Amino acid sequence: MTLVTMEAAPVELPYQHGGGGPAPTRTVVAYGFWIFILSDIVMFSALFAAYAVLSGNTAGGPTGRQLFNLHNVFIETACLLFSSYTCGLGMLSAERREPGHFLIFAALTFILGAAFLLIEISEFRGMVMAGAGPSRSAFLSSFFTLVGMHGAHVTAGLVWLAYMVAQLLAKGLRPAVLRRLVCFSLFWHALDIVWIGVMTLVYLMGAR
Amino acid sequence: MDGYGRGVDHRSPGVEEQEATATFLTYTVGLCLALVATIGSFVVSQTDLLWAPGVPVGLIVLAFGQIGVHLVFFLHLGSGPDDTNNILALAFGILVVFLVITGSCWIIANLNDNMMPMPMR
Repeated sequence: MTLVTMEAAPVELPYQHGGGGPAPTRTVVAYGFWIFILSDIVMFSALFAAYAVLSGNTAGGPTGRQLFNLHNVFIETACLLFSSYTCGLGMLSAERREPGHFLIFAALTFILGAAFLLIEISEFRGMVMAGAGPSRSAFLSSFFTLVGMHGAHVTAGLVWLAYMVAQLLAKGLRPAVLRRLVCFSLFWHALDIVWIGVMTLVYLMGAR
Repeated sequence: MDGYGRGVDHRSPGVEEQEATATFLTYTVGLCLALVATIGSFVVSQTDLLWAPGVPVGLIVLAFGQIGVHLVFFLHLGSGPDDTNNILALAFGILVVFLVITGSCWIIANLNDNMMPMPMR
């Protein structure tokens, strides 16, 4: 009797639990890029730690309370949040194979991201002109490193977005281009998550 | 996903399948929740709504809430079988971030406490 049960047909494993063959390329690519994003966030965590440790060491120079303009920070935050939203809507239209709508949303995403960057650059410029550059104190060194690194990521994201639009125009919405767009949207949303940390730790806590 | 048996259709692996995980509504709900959390953070930090020593805690809670909203509504992290690996990687990432930040703050605070008093310039 036991022998009969032993020779029963092998259990059909459900998809994603060992059965059904390999995962689709898109899932694998998104997973790999997710690992990269997490490692990028780990790098940011080191900069956040440096800022948290050094934010009190103003060396007699200006403090965050004197330097930060929360109106600008609110506009920057809104720009990034809405650009995340338009980026998501752009992905939706790309998946529905509507390149026209995608181009509109990509343009909106680019404009909002560029507006964020311009506000940040003018803020940095104002601070350096007022003698509060990165060499003034440990607080300002860590501030410029953390916020500047986020700004560098946003710049890279804008270049990548322009490149993706060029690819889409040249190659059309083929699967490989769509996968790269998925990676770009992951990157862009992740930058918004990092900005929540910057906004809370640096600006809202620093301006009090 | 489970009802869409991959053994049944005969496409080669790597051929895209349409996933309708996100909709216009998902992103719009996410945007509204994120806006509420953002405006809440600015209100909490700029008014006397919260007891002053509790403001940092309130800000941190709002920030984590907003990060959660972004993960679920913008990055579409869910509890489906497709997301198991993503969630595990995220959990490891959160562990490393937590260790780096709290570890640094803890160690440096201790060093600060044990510093010899320095003459002020």
